[in-house]
Amino acid sequence: MAEPLLELRNLRKAYGALVVTDDVSLAVQPGELHAIIGPNGAGKTTLIHQISGTLRSDSGSVLFAGQDVTSLSMPQRVGRGLARSFQITSILPGFSALENVALAVQARSGSSFRFFGNASQEKALNQPAMDCLQQAGLGARAHIPSGLLSHGEKRQLELAIGLATEPKLLLLDEPLAGTGHDESQRVVETLRRLKGRLTIVLIEHDMEAVFSLADRVSVLVYGRVIATDTPGRIRANPEVRAAYLGEEEMV
Amino acid sequence: MTELADTASAPAPSLSTRFEVVPIVLFAAFAAAPLFATYSGAEGYVLSLLTRVMIFGIAAMALDLILGYGALVSFGHAAFLGIGGYAVGILATHGIEDALIQIPVALVASALFALVTGAISLRTKGVYFIMITLAFGQMLYFLATSLAAYGGDDGMTLSSRSLVAGSRILKSDFAFYWMCLICLLGAYAFSRSVVASRFGRVLRGTRENAIRMEAIGFQPFRFQLAAYVISGMMAGLAGCLLANQAEFVSPAFMTWQRSGELIFMVVLGGLGSLHGAIIGAAAFLLLEEFLPEILHGVSFFLAEETRAHLAENWKMVFGPLLILIVLFVRGGIMGLLRRPRHG
Repeated sequence: MAEPLLELRNLRKAYGALVVTDDVSLAVQPGELHAIIGPNGAGKTTLIHQISGTLRSDSGSVLFAGQDVTSLSMPQRVGRGLARSFQITSILPGFSALENVALAVQARSGSSFRFFGNASQEKALNQPAMDCLQQAGLGARAHIPSGLLSHGEKRQLELAIGLATEPKLLLLDEPLAGTGHDESQRVVETLRRLKGRLTIVLIEHDMEAVFSLADRVSVLVYGRVIATDTPGRIRANPEVRAAYLGEEEMV
Repeated sequence: MTELADTASAPAPSLSTRFEVVPIVLFAAFAAAPLFATYSGAEGYVLSLLTRVMIFGIAAMALDLILGYGALVSFGHAAFLGIGGYAVGILATHGIEDALIQIPVALVASALFALVTGAISLRTKGVYFIMITLAFGQMLYFLATSLAAYGGDDGMTLSSRSLVAGSRILKSDFAFYWMCLICLLGAYAFSRSVVASRFGRVLRGTRENAIRMEAIGFQPFRFQLAAYVISGMMAGLAGCLLANQAEFVSPAFMTWQRSGELIFMVVLGGLGSLHGAIIGAAAFLLLEEFLPEILHGVSFFLAEETRAHLAENWKMVFGPLLILIVLFVRGGIMGLLRRPRHG
């Protein structure tokens, strides 16, 4: 197998006696869509925080593109190509959708210590931003203040912002959270289009979406990875079924 | 959906194109004022009052740059007025009276002070940031009071206004007025540019959502610090001008009350609209100046003695009045000017 793009080695995080991430090791191959599932409180979001650099890990290491990034801050990791979205929508509500994305483009193109020139008129920023919006299916809504977008559109905007940072790997924290059926269909479609062009780590509750999108699935229970396999085998795995029993119906 | 329909027509850079009438009228008024002053019969008084308004306009605008666009509530901004003022005063006592030296020295000193105190205080957030900037401001205040060689508590009187390239041109109140207006215009143009620039966009983005900014690869601290330094330098320039206007420098330049007044001016004018800060400063200073007379006039139905008391204790009305404006006029005076257009 090729060298993994993202590798977690014995990652650990505890809040007092509560171990939230317990010795997690995981390898994500370039180009795959790797889903991480698990019952509520399994520590999925904490894990994303640790991978993206929002939270420091107690021990263990995060390797990205062959390099140890454990001690790097979130902006530094983004610079290396490790971008993330948030479970709770995190956008700049007063900015238009386009400006939200253009800022992410700006972060990657040249210095932002420029005090002259109107940034919102810069074609070099707006053009790529528009492309990203279109990829996320939000092109028509580019000039609307993002705070006024519907919840589903905000999720799409999150995706567009993630894309605009030109990541090698995109960490998606429940991109379908709180979306209605139609909205979630749109996001799933977008993900399907991105798949293969980009390595994606997807944390998601929506099992139907996960099993239709993922190349491989890891199951996290009480901070431990109990299985990593193809969707088909995960579905048949008795340990996984046991973990989910009484929690949610497995598809 | 109605909400969406209302705002859909608003293009993204609305901020910069829609309310241009206000700054044009504002600056035209400042430019026309000297003419009016000549005919008013109280030339010196009108000019010096308006010069003060412009100087505080620069300081308030400096604060608005970080408060309105960066959500950084600096409660120690008067310190920079003091640095600017003392740069002029201290250099003058050592025989360096040229503004071409004094102003650069003041700007460098302000920048250094902003860099050091900003690097420390920007590591905190919210109330802690307010408190730590207040502490730094007070630190400088007490330093100034202990400078016995430079007047200590009492401050020091300047023998004259600064020279410009050796000439005594600023001796004329008119010339000084124009110099302040040019500085105000320059500071305004520069601030406008900064706000709309790439840098300003990062600053505004950080105000809205710092975590998001980090997640797209920015380190907010560096941008906030740079903004703090720029703001400090602008306020330092205002300090230079203030010392020249008063021909006097004292620790009173940098009391915490002064810092509070600056915040009030910004909020009164409307956060995050640079000319709003100038209008806020004007409203604040003019109210402070004329409220006693206004009160005396408005209370014509009261006994003469009561009217005198009222005019004398005008601050009892001033305070509540400011609070009422801030409470009930959302967006300050700029919000008031903007409202009718929304229909």
